[in-house]
Amino acid sequence: MKKKFKLIDLDCANCAAKMEEAIKKIDGVTDASVSFLTQKMMIEADDAIFDDVLQQAIKCISKVEPDCQVVLK
Amino acid sequence: MNNLTKKQKKDLTRIIIASVLFVVLMILVHAHIIPDSFSESLWMIPVWLVPYFIVGYDVVRKCILGISHGQMFDESFLMTLATIGAFGCREFDEAVAVMLFYQVGEFFQSYAVGKSRGAISDLMSIAPDFANRECDDGSVETIDPDEIEPGDILVIKPGEKIPTDGKVIEGEGLINTSALTGESVPRAVRAGDDVISGCINGENLIRIQASKAYDDCTVAQILELVESAASKKSKTENFITRFAKYYTPAVVIGALLLAFIPPLVSGYFAAEFGKWVLRACTFLVISCPCALVISVPLAFFGGIGAASKEGVLVKGSNYLEMMAKLDTIVTDKTGTLTEGRFKVSMVEAASGVTTDDVIRYAAAVEAGSTHPIGAAIVSACDKPIPSSKVKDEQNYAGRGITAKVGRDTIAVGNAALFEELGIEIHEELHEDVAAASGTHCYVAKNGKYIGTILVADMPKAEAAQAIKDILAEKVRRIVMLTGDSESAASAVAKELGIKDYMAGLLPLDKVKAVEDMLAEIAAGSAPEGKLAFIGDGINDAPVLSRADVGIAMGSLGSDAAIEAADVVIMDDRLARIPAVIRIARKTIGISKANIVFALFVKFACLVLGALGIANMWVAVFADVGVAVICILNSMRMITHR
Repeated sequence: MKKKFKLIDLDCANCAAKMEEAIKKIDGVTDASVSFLTQKMMIEADDAIFDDVLQQAIKCISKVEPDCQVVLK
Repeated sequence: MNNLTKKQKKDLTRIIIASVLFVVLMILVHAHIIPDSFSESLWMIPVWLVPYFIVGYDVVRKCILGISHGQMFDESFLMTLATIGAFGCREFDEAVAVMLFYQVGEFFQSYAVGKSRGAISDLMSIAPDFANRECDDGSVETIDPDEIEPGDILVIKPGEKIPTDGKVIEGEGLINTSALTGESVPRAVRAGDDVISGCINGENLIRIQASKAYDDCTVAQILELVESAASKKSKTENFITRFAKYYTPAVVIGALLLAFIPPLVSGYFAAEFGKWVLRACTFLVISCPCALVISVPLAFFGGIGAASKEGVLVKGSNYLEMMAKLDTIVTDKTGTLTEGRFKVSMVEAASGVTTDDVIRYAAAVEAGSTHPIGAAIVSACDKPIPSSKVKDEQNYAGRGITAKVGRDTIAVGNAALFEELGIEIHEELHEDVAAASGTHCYVAKNGKYIGTILVADMPKAEAAQAIKDILAEKVRRIVMLTGDSESAASAVAKELGIKDYMAGLLPLDKVKAVEDMLAEIAAGSAPEGKLAFIGDGINDAPVLSRADVGIAMGSLGSDAAIEAADVVIMDDRLARIPAVIRIARKTIGISKANIVFALFVKFACLVLGALGIANMWVAVFADVGVAVICILNSMRMITHR
């Protein structure tokens, strides 16, 4: 499953690159991208573990940039 | 300044308050209003810390959080370290000024990036906001485009956006496709026609039946493509990411060495240490690679946006980069360079007969014909003879047709038919006509030759100019590949000014030809050169994917072509290609200029900082100042016309 999320207060391009790298390393993630310009995150992972992966991704994001929030629909 | 976000407004307020406090303190200290004995004492630290924290508390906070998360070496860390260093060296005003400057720069940066984001989403304002669905009882409800289901009846009022792909079931009018194709001439639609999402309805109300859910419609696909285009990174972008990874730690190590080695070597460690720590801090401030990390992707994003404004979808930054380095363009003929359908290109009449008559007689005879050549003749005739006057049609398969028109017997066909009927052809074609491509269709009246109609798949009106423009963009060669006959190919090539062509190719031969050319480029003098293939995307998929850049044309609404190609031209205008090459070149130019400028300024400042010539003010300029300049430079791509 491939899902997109909006990010709020993603303030630095370098951080976006770091987040992307960290999220890609999460187990079960087949592809991921964090775009500073569109302020969006894309995660592609297996359906069964997606929610788990998403929680880990959110952790990665707040590690790199504590103020950055993920909008969950 | 009304378009600032909440956060930006808050930041701006903090910057203003801190600046005022800073200026007041500076005056108090330097006009000696506060006694020097006090202003140089450690008691001033808490005083200076007030404006420092007002403007920079979030930076310090982020730094602390960063360290606790094991994320060192980000901007906040560098800034905090540098300003603490300055405080430690009793350079109070400098520490506050640096933080203030940094935040001003960050503010500009966020403003500029926000602005370009806005510009890009304007470009992408093709997404519909709502849809009017007609319920079973005839009432109309407004729904979110996501709720549309295939088969729904949608009412589109004048001026509204078509929310999803569908078929017109009632009403007719003109729809504006410019947001998708860049084409300014509206398209006429009526009941039965397919319409594409994102187009704007003209003056009349139309009702359509949705054929796709919003997620599958053209607009959603395009938005998806453009948004994910940024994730296919160009070489330039990858270079920057790799560079940033090594560069920041390298500078931090450099700073550490700078802080400790010279004072140790000098032998007066205690006396010299402060001075060198300050220089090391300057080093740290300069080191942030943000100027590059933001501005280069921004330029590519802007370039992709500018291309989509021209009705061209570029599916990744890497393809845009390759478009700037095109060495060879290989193109399909039918449907790409030519219209893809037969048209009357020329009519010659024997003496005593008008060309109008030739066409009218031929059209009358061909009126019932389903053959593409016959259809072309019929559509070229603007004053048709009533079909009631035509009788006794007789078909000669593969050769032509004869019929009685009024009292006259008319024959239309090729040389074989005329030989069979024993009619002599007195063709008096001009040289250029004789050389022109196309099928010769002879017309005879009562057993006597009266003229020739030339029917051909005509090159697109703007093709010759577009080829010229492409060559003017320093593309080394253009090669036409076609499955068509040698004569048809040579005529089109000649007319369009294409020197290289290969005719009579099967689809697999085309792949082979492209592979040979790729090998030739790699072995040639410019191995970096790229090869693009232009096709209509219908049966070119293997070649499209084999070429460095596959360009599909005229594919608005064709999912297969959008899928197979790397660059999609929404309408079928070849002139978009030189335009995209120009956009690509400008994008690369801007990114390169930014890289060179930022690295030059940074290295210069690093050297000057190490020598103690550049102070922290210069360092802040080298960091945020350069970033803002580079971003402004990249924004030129977004406003590109």
